[in-house]
Amino acid sequence: MILNPSALPLVQGHAMTTASPDDSVAAPAIKTAAPQIYPPASTQEIKIRAKDVNVFYGDKQALFDVNIDIPGKSVTAFIGPSGCGKSTFLRCINRMNDTIPSAKVSGAIEIDGNDVNLKSVDPVILRSRVGMVFQKPNPFPKTIFENVAYGPRIHGLATGKAELEAIVESSLKKAGLWNEVADRLHQPGTGLSGGQQQRLVIARAIAVGPEVILMDEPCSALDPIATARIEELIDELRNQFCIVIVTHSMAQAARVSQKTAFFHLGKLVESGTTEEMFTNPRDTRTQDYITGRFG
Amino acid sequence: MTDAVAPPVGPAGSAAPASLTAQQVAMEARLKKRHRAETWFKAQGLMAITIAMIFLVVLVGRIVGQGYTTFQTHTLSIPVYLNPERIDVADLEGVNYDYIVAEATMKKLGVQDDDLGLVSGKVMDLISRDFGFQLLNQLKADKSLIGKTVTVTGPFKADADLYFKGEIKRSTEEGDRKLDNQQLDWLDQLEKEGSVKSGFNFAFFKNSDSTEPEQAGVLGAVVGSAMMLLITALIAVPMGVMAAVYLEEFAPKNRWTDIIEVNINNLAAVPSIVYGLLGLALFINWLHVPRSSPLVGGLVLALMALPTVIIATRSALKAVPPSIREAALGVGASKTQTVFHHVLPLAMPGVMTGAILSLAHALGETAPLLMIGMVSFVPGVPEGFTGAATVLPVQVFIWENASERAFHERTAGAIIVLLVFMIVMNAAAVILRRRFERRW
Repeated sequence: MILNPSALPLVQGHAMTTASPDDSVAAPAIKTAAPQIYPPASTQEIKIRAKDVNVFYGDKQALFDVNIDIPGKSVTAFIGPSGCGKSTFLRCINRMNDTIPSAKVSGAIEIDGNDVNLKSVDPVILRSRVGMVFQKPNPFPKTIFENVAYGPRIHGLATGKAELEAIVESSLKKAGLWNEVADRLHQPGTGLSGGQQQRLVIARAIAVGPEVILMDEPCSALDPIATARIEELIDELRNQFCIVIVTHSMAQAARVSQKTAFFHLGKLVESGTTEEMFTNPRDTRTQDYITGRFG
Repeated sequence: MTDAVAPPVGPAGSAAPASLTAQQVAMEARLKKRHRAETWFKAQGLMAITIAMIFLVVLVGRIVGQGYTTFQTHTLSIPVYLNPERIDVADLEGVNYDYIVAEATMKKLGVQDDDLGLVSGKVMDLISRDFGFQLLNQLKADKSLIGKTVTVTGPFKADADLYFKGEIKRSTEEGDRKLDNQQLDWLDQLEKEGSVKSGFNFAFFKNSDSTEPEQAGVLGAVVGSAMMLLITALIAVPMGVMAAVYLEEFAPKNRWTDIIEVNINNLAAVPSIVYGLLGLALFINWLHVPRSSPLVGGLVLALMALPTVIIATRSALKAVPPSIREAALGVGASKTQTVFHHVLPLAMPGVMTGAILSLAHALGETAPLLMIGMVSFVPGVPEGFTGAATVLPVQVFIWENASERAFHERTAGAIIVLLVFMIVMNAAAVILRRRFERRW
C-alpha cells in the first residue's frame, strides 16, 4: 500500500490500536520488554523537538540553528541537496556523531521532553530507543537469526531462548521478511538480496523495541522493486514508530512521509506537512529544489 | 567532425590508409607505444619471477641435497659376549664397554688385537659409543646378563656411516681420508655378512646435541624452540592484540598516539640483535632471569614480535568496514561490545595471520639469542622454562661451526627440520585466513 501523503496523524494513532493480526501476536512481548526510561509518549504529541541545533566538524559548521518538531507515529522526511546537513542532523538524534571525534553538537534535541545531549544520557540506552537504518544494507556477517537477536540479547530483553525466538519472529514479521526467511534463519544474513538485507536491518532495529527509527537514505542502494517494498514497509511501521527518513528522492518523500523538512546549506529552510511542502512551498529555495531547478 | 571522432583503429582504418587523418595516425602510434610498454612490463615481471624461482630452487635444492642423508643411517647388529672378567658388578659405570664391543666386533671380523691395542683402537673408531651405553643400561636393568651373549644394534661412528653413504670414497688417497684401507675392508666385510642395515635415522629426532655426530639429534632444539615460542606467543599475541585494539578503536587521535604509532613502526624495523642486547640488559642483568633459558629467549623474541603483531592487528582492524561498527552502535551496542562482538572477530583471520607469521619469524631468529647466551652446548631437553636450552636456528649455527664433516650433514638436516616447521606455520596461517575469512 503506497500511502496518500495527506493522511492525518490522528488517523494513524487510531490505526495503531487496530494493528494487523501479525503484529498483535508478539508486539506486546517487545513492548513490555523494552526499557522504559521515559514515560511513553501519546501519539499526537511531538516526539522529537530540536532547539537551536548547531553542529561543527572541526572548524567547519555543518548545521546552523536547526529548530524542528517531529511528530510521533508518523513519517518525517528530510530532503535537500547533497551535503546540506540532513544526514548530520539525523545522526544527532541518536548521537551517532559521538563516534566522530571532531564533531561538536550544541543546542538541544529533546525526545519526549528530555535532552539527548545531556551528559547523564547514556548513548547506548538512547540508541536502544532510537534505532537506525543506514544507506547501505549492513547486516552483521552472521546468521539471519543472530542479526535480529543481537540487539535484544545485549539489552537483556529476553529471559529465555523461547522469548528471544518470539522477538526475532515478530521483528521479522513486522519487517515483512518472515515469510521469505522463516526456513533459513540460520543461514548468513549477508546471503540475502539487497532489499531483503535492508529489511533484515530494519527488523534488527525493531527487535530492540525502539520508539524512533532513523533511516538514512534506506533505498539509495536498492532497485525500484525493493524500494517499493521498503516504502510499503515504512508505511506499515508508522503506526508503531516515529520514523525519520533522509531521502534524495522527492517522489519518495512525497510517497512515504506526512511531514517534510527541507535542508539547504546546513540550514533548515522550511518544514511542514508533506502535502503543503509539495503543493505550496513558502520559500523560493524549496520551490526551486522541488521543481528540480537545483540539487 | 565525424572524421575526428570516428574509431581510429581497426581493419577498416588499416585497409584504407589514405583516408587516415593526422589525428588517427597519431592515435595509432600512441596505441602501438602503449602495447609495447605493456608487453615490456609483462616481460619484466616474468623475468623477476623467473630469477626469484631460480634462487629458491637452488637454495632448497642445495639444502635438501646436502641434508637428506641425515635422515638415513646405517646400523650394526653384533652378538656381544658379556665377559665376567671384564665386568665389575660393583662398578658397572666404570666398565670399559667400548672395549667389550670392540672385542665382539673383532671376533666377528676374525681379527686379533695386537699388544698395543692398535687393532681394537681402529675398530673402536668405527663403532659408536652408543653400544656401550646400551650395554650399561641393559646390565643396570638385569645383572644376570653377565656371562651371557646379547645381540646389540647401534649406529656406526659418523665416518663409517659416511663411507656407507658414499661420502668417503675408497678412491681418495688413504692419507686424505679419516678411515684407512683396513677399516674400509672391515666395513665391507660387515656389510657382506649382513650385519649392516640402512634405515631411517630415528636417533636424529630422539637425541639432543652430542659431541659425537652420529648421536647428535634435534630433539633438544625442537623442544627448546617450542617452549620458547610458547612464551613468545603467550606474551606477544595478547599484548600486541590488546595494544592494537586500544590504539585503533579507543585511543583519541592526537599527537601522543601519533608518536606512539611512529615508534611502533620504527621498532618493527630495529635489527634483531639490538633486541638481544636489550634482553641481556633488561631481563638477565636487571631482572636476573636465568640466561640461555627458554624463558629469557621467549621474552626477547616477544619484544621483537610485538611491533609486528600490533601492526598486523591494526591493519586487520582497519580493514573491517565502518558500516559494521555503525550497525552495532546503531542497535545500542557499547563501544566495547562493538569491538569485541563484531570488529575483532571479523579482524581475527588477519590478526591470526599476522601473529603466526611473526611467530614464524621469531622461530627462525638467531642473532638476539646469541646475545643472551643460548649459543651453548646443551646435550639434552631443557629442564623447564628456566633450564638451559638451545633452539633450532642456534643448533644450526653451532653445528655449522663444528669441524667434523658429519656435523655439516646434520646442519643441513636441522635446516630442513626448521624449514618444515616454518612451512607448517605459514600453511596454518593461510588455512586460518581461508577458513575464517568472511565476506560482507
